[in-house]
Amino acid sequence: MSLSSRHLIGLQGVPAEDIQSILDTAATFREVLERPIKKVPTLQGKTIVNLFYENSTRTRISFELAQKRLSADTVNFSTSTSSTKKGETFKDTVRNIEAMKVDMIIVRHESAGVPYFLTQVSKANIINAGDGRHEHPTQALLDMYSIKEKIGKIEGLKICIIGDIAHSRVALSNIYGLKALGAQVSVCGPLTMIPKGIESLGVKVYHNINEVIKTHDVLNILRIQLERKAGTNIPSLREYHNYFGVTAERLEKYNKDILILHPGPINRGVEISSEVADGPYQVILDQVTNGVAIRMAVLYLLGSMN
Amino acid sequence: MQVILKGLNIVNPIQNLIEKNDLLIKDGIIAKVGSISDKEFSDSKVYDFEGKYCSPGFFDMHVHLREPGREDTETIKSGCNSAAAGGFTGIASMPNTEPTVDTAEIVKSITEKSKEHLVDVFPIAAVSVNRKGESLAPMAELFEAGAVAFSDDGVSVKTASLLRSAFEYSNMYGAPIIDHCEEESLADGVMNESIVSTILGLPSIPTIAEDIIVHRDIAVAEYTGGKLHIAHISSKKSIEAVREAKKKGVKVTTEVTPHHFTLTDESLKSFDTNLKMNPPLRTRDDMNAILEGLADGTIDCIASDHAPYASEEKEVEFIYSPNGIIGLETELGLALSELYHKKVLSIEQIVEKFAVNPRKILNIEVPKIEEGEIANLTIFDADLIWTVDKTKFKSKSKNTPFDKKLLTGKSLAVINNKQIFIDGKFSEI
Repeated sequence: MSLSSRHLIGLQGVPAEDIQSILDTAATFREVLERPIKKVPTLQGKTIVNLFYENSTRTRISFELAQKRLSADTVNFSTSTSSTKKGETFKDTVRNIEAMKVDMIIVRHESAGVPYFLTQVSKANIINAGDGRHEHPTQALLDMYSIKEKIGKIEGLKICIIGDIAHSRVALSNIYGLKALGAQVSVCGPLTMIPKGIESLGVKVYHNINEVIKTHDVLNILRIQLERKAGTNIPSLREYHNYFGVTAERLEKYNKDILILHPGPINRGVEISSEVADGPYQVILDQVTNGVAIRMAVLYLLGSMN
Repeated sequence: MQVILKGLNIVNPIQNLIEKNDLLIKDGIIAKVGSISDKEFSDSKVYDFEGKYCSPGFFDMHVHLREPGREDTETIKSGCNSAAAGGFTGIASMPNTEPTVDTAEIVKSITEKSKEHLVDVFPIAAVSVNRKGESLAPMAELFEAGAVAFSDDGVSVKTASLLRSAFEYSNMYGAPIIDHCEEESLADGVMNESIVSTILGLPSIPTIAEDIIVHRDIAVAEYTGGKLHIAHISSKKSIEAVREAKKKGVKVTTEVTPHHFTLTDESLKSFDTNLKMNPPLRTRDDMNAILEGLADGTIDCIASDHAPYASEEKEVEFIYSPNGIIGLETELGLALSELYHKKVLSIEQIVEKFAVNPRKILNIEVPKIEEGEIANLTIFDADLIWTVDKTKFKSKSKNTPFDKKLLTGKSLAVINNKQIFIDGKFSEI
C-alpha cells in the first residue's frame, strides 16, 4: 500500500483509494492498540517533530502516542506564540528545524497555508494537524473510520456537519473525504456560520436541526467556540442550544437510529446535551481511540514512502 | 548639452498628437520637433528609437515611499530610482510614513530631498492629524507647502462628518481627497471573500466593505461638491457606483492597480504572501468589470500602490504578513501585456491613464511635446519581450508576485529635469 502524495496537507483532491488505504491500515493498527504491548518497531530510527503553534491537547497527545507506538523518536515544540511575533521569520524557524535533519513534521498553526508552505521549504514529510480554518485531515479520517466501524460503510450515507462551519477546519476535510467515499454531505448551522459558496462544493445547507435529524444517518457536531464573542455570529449560547443543539428529546422524537460524532472538546448544554454526549447514539470516545490508529496509519504510510 | 532622439512615434493625447518624428533636446528643453539629420548637429548625442513610442512622462499617483521612518525598505531616492526604471517622471507619495505627513515641514522635506532627481515627487498629505480620523490636519498649510492632495490611505477617512469637512475645506484649494475605501467593521480578513476563501480557510473581507465606503464617499462628494478620488478600486459594484456618479456629474475619479487587472483570488492557492494586499485580489467577475471600467473611462488611471516591505516582514505566515507589493517597475509591462496587447486599451488610452489623467486629477500641468517646452518624456517599446528579475530592481524592496514573469512592453528611457535615465543609468543632458 502506498499513497499518491508524500505529504498530508488536506483531503481536497486526495483520491478515494488513498483514503481507503489509510482506513484499512488504521484497522490493522487499531488491533495493535488492543494488545497488552501496544508497540511496533515500524518507524524505528525516524525522527518526528510535533510543531504546535496553537494550543491543542488531544490532537497533540494523539499524534505523540501514535509516534511512540510506532517507535519513532519524537520532539515536541509547542508554543502559542509564533516565532514571527518574537521577531524570527517563519522561514528561518523552518530552516532551523530542517537543519536538524528530521524525517517528518506534524504541524498545527492558526494561519491557513502553513503546512503547504512547509512542503515548499522542507524535505520532510509534512502532516497537517490543523491550519486556520482550512483543513484538519486526520480528524476527518478518524471521523470516517468511526462511521465505518459503527455502520459498516460510508457510501450512500447522509451525513450532516453541524455548527460553526465558517470557522471550522474539520468541516472542509470531512466534506472532501466523505464525498470522495460516496457519502451525501450537508452542513447545518445559523447562516452567519456558513461560509460563502459552500454549496458549490456539492453540499446542501440546512438551518433547521429537526429536519436534519429526520433526514440524516450521521451527525458530526462541531464545538461552538465559547471564546468567540457571542452577539456577532449568534445572539447567545442559550439561543444556539435552543435552535441548533442536539438533544435526546430531538433524537427520540425524530430519529432514534442516528449516529452522533463530535471531534471534541464538547460543550455540554451548548451544541450537544449531556444525555446525548453520554448516551447510546454517540461514539465520541471511540473517535479518540480511533484517532491514534488513524495517525499511526498516516505516519506509517507516509514514513515508508521515502 | 544636446541630444537627438530619432525615429519616435510621438503620442500626446492633450495635443491630439500621434506622429512619427525626431526630437532635439537642448539643455533639457525641446529645441526642435521634426526631421533631424545628425550631420546637422554633429556635437549631439544621438539615440536611435526607431519605431518606439514617446509620450509625456508617466506619472504614478499612488506610491508609498518609506521615508521618513522605514528607510530600510525604501528611501525617497530609491523610490525615485525605481520610478525612473519603471518609466515614470513623476510620482505622488502617500502620507502614511512614520511620522505621518501632516505638517508643512515634512511636506517640504520630501520635495527638498527629491528636487535634484529626474523624478518629481508630489507629496500627498494626511486628511487627519496622524491619520487618526479625529481632527483635520492643517490642510491650508499643507497645501501651501506643496501637498497636491489629501488622504488617510491605509484606512478610510474615518467618519462621514470628517470627510464632509475635508471636502469643504479642500475645495478652497481644488485639491482632491483620495480615499482608501474600506468599512473597518467588515475588514477583519486577509483575502477576498468568495468560494476561494472558503476553500483556503483564510479569514475574508467581502467586497461590500469597499462598496459601502465608495457609496458613502460619493454621497458626501455630491453633497459638498468636493473632488473625490477613489484609490485602488477593485470591486465590480464600486466601479458601477463610480460610473453612475460620473454620469450625474459628481466630481469623482478613480485608479486601479496592475495587480487587480492581472490577478484574481484564485492565485492565492499558493499562499504566497506577495499576493496579500489591500484591497485583496478579487474574483474574475470583478476583474472583468475592471477591464470594462478601464476601457470605457470609468477608471481614469493606473497606479501601482507601490508598497515596499522587507523580506523578513513578508516571509511569515500568511495571516501575519503585512498587505502590499511593490509595483513601479512592473506596472507598465503589465499594462502593455494585459491591456494593450489584449486590446482592452489603445496606446493613446495607455498614455492617458499613465501620463495625462493622474496629473489632471492632481492639478499638475501635463507636459507638451513641442518646441520650447521642458522635455518631460517617457520612451517605451510596446513590443519588447522581457522577464521580470526582482534582483535587478532599483527599489530597495523585492516584494513582488511578478518575479520571473514574461512581459511584453517596457520603458526604454525617461527624460526630465535635464536628465536622462537609460540602460539603468542616469546622466545629464
